[in-house]
Amino acid sequence: MYIVYSLSLNSLLKALPGNVAQGMLWGIMALGLYITYKVLNFSDLTVDGSLSTGAAVTVMLILKGFPAISAVLIAFVAGCLAGLVTGFLHTVLKIAPILSGILTQIALYSINLHILGNKANQSISINEHHLLLSLRDTGKAIIVALIFAGILMAILYWFFGTELGSSIRATGNNEQMAKAQGININLTKMIALALSNGIVALSGGLLAQYQGFADVSIGRGAIVIGLAAIIIGSVIVEGKRKKDHNFILMLGSAVVGGIIYYISIGVVLWLRLPTNDMKLFTAILVAIFLSIPHLSLKKKEKKDAGN
Amino acid sequence: MLEIKNISKTFNPNSINEKRALDNLSLTLNDGDFVTVIGGNGAGKSTLLNAIAGTWLVDSGSIVLDGEDVTNLAEHQRAKFLGRVFQDPMMGTAANMQIEENLALANRRGNKRGLAWQITPGEKEYYLEMLKLLNLGLENRMTTKVGLLSGGQRQALTLLMATLKEPKLLLLDEHTAALDPKTAKIVLDLTVELVKKSNLTTFMVTHNMRDALNYGNRLIMMNEGKIILDVSGKEKEKLTINDLLELFNKNGELNDSMILS
Repeated sequence: MYIVYSLSLNSLLKALPGNVAQGMLWGIMALGLYITYKVLNFSDLTVDGSLSTGAAVTVMLILKGFPAISAVLIAFVAGCLAGLVTGFLHTVLKIAPILSGILTQIALYSINLHILGNKANQSISINEHHLLLSLRDTGKAIIVALIFAGILMAILYWFFGTELGSSIRATGNNEQMAKAQGININLTKMIALALSNGIVALSGGLLAQYQGFADVSIGRGAIVIGLAAIIIGSVIVEGKRKKDHNFILMLGSAVVGGIIYYISIGVVLWLRLPTNDMKLFTAILVAIFLSIPHLSLKKKEKKDAGN
Repeated sequence: MLEIKNISKTFNPNSINEKRALDNLSLTLNDGDFVTVIGGNGAGKSTLLNAIAGTWLVDSGSIVLDGEDVTNLAEHQRAKFLGRVFQDPMMGTAANMQIEENLALANRRGNKRGLAWQITPGEKEYYLEMLKLLNLGLENRMTTKVGLLSGGQRQALTLLMATLKEPKLLLLDEHTAALDPKTAKIVLDLTVELVKKSNLTTFMVTHNMRDALNYGNRLIMMNEGKIILDVSGKEKEKLTINDLLELFNKNGELNDSMILS
């Protein structure tokens, strides 16, 4: 009887708005990750740290009396700085991309603790502070997330259509070609890393407000969730046709991917699967989505061979 | 136009793999020179081209381009003087970007890149006209991603990009070596056409002796990081493949691909 009750569709639907809101916030994070992962072709692991930085900066500033919106914007700047550190390690000290990101990420753990006043977490109550969003009101949270996602997508669409933006895309495509066209690839990499981590930190600031606290390890595993969002999104958009894609469609798909990811997590929770195994489910989920394009291609080849 | 004075470059110095790739080499190119550069494997042809392009800095000597000392300039800083086409057709273009986007990148070589839109409407017309010169029908595929083009089409596009904004010096690094003979011929003819159109100073590395003799007004042969032959004008016209083979033999640097070509 109990099991039948616990799997009622009603409880799943009740959790849905929260999943959508959280998915959108992680989708915003995926927009940032998209810049390094897809545009610059740079596996940047800084994000696990810069997401926490954004959360920590936002919460501490709000506690100090800053308006929530300016706290989030300052978190964006803090994230940019984190990205610049990774850029410095890679372009000036010539450390490999993944290692550069890991180094910054590790360093940020200590820095984030300092920002949080040497505590592992700090909470902000919606009752005492004016917050942009909170899980108490998921409807409003979804609207706020939608506004941020919309503005960021518009800015990114514009930026990557400019001369500077297209030189970043060229760098991600082909460094040799970019240099031959007079593009300073160290500069373009720095700008992309800063912008990417700025957006990730901004999403961290929104997430902290949503859940009502900043935790030093809020960003742990962020890269996997972000990649999951991007990959789920691209699988949906690309589907069968692997043709030209509109940039804004790809960005939008990352946000939608975040929502789908969190709905899947919601289903997993609804099924009463052990929460300790959550990361395992995450990894399996991402692995499934990563392999879909390959598997469907194989199937098609088999079919073609049969004909 | 180009003045190279006593440049040297040693790779892997003080190691068992030490290789002196350029040995106190000097070379002056005049305005409008079309130089073909030949030599055996490891003779230093591509190394010399890379030294000019700034892939790395030379150990000693100086390089002056169009009156400006570029010896210590980074690759992207020298790009404003140079148009480049690589041996690998994939190297010269951005695969995930459209044909017109690639052209727009090339059209801004050496310019500051700001927040202006990457392509202005007027530019598109210009690119359309230029693409027609290639005779490959690319003018109807301006928004196609370059990754969908064939190797020959990409190389032709790279060539157009290298000359779109008139370079002081055009660097061609065995740019037809990876193409099939028919496509190679098309790209070479196109090269000559574009070079003639703007009377470009050209530095063409090749391992094909016939091409080296047929094209250009000047021929350089390299061996062990040095220039061992430098002929131009009438003298070059009189040169035959047998003369070149003899020279190669004398230097013990004959390789199969050269005999076969």
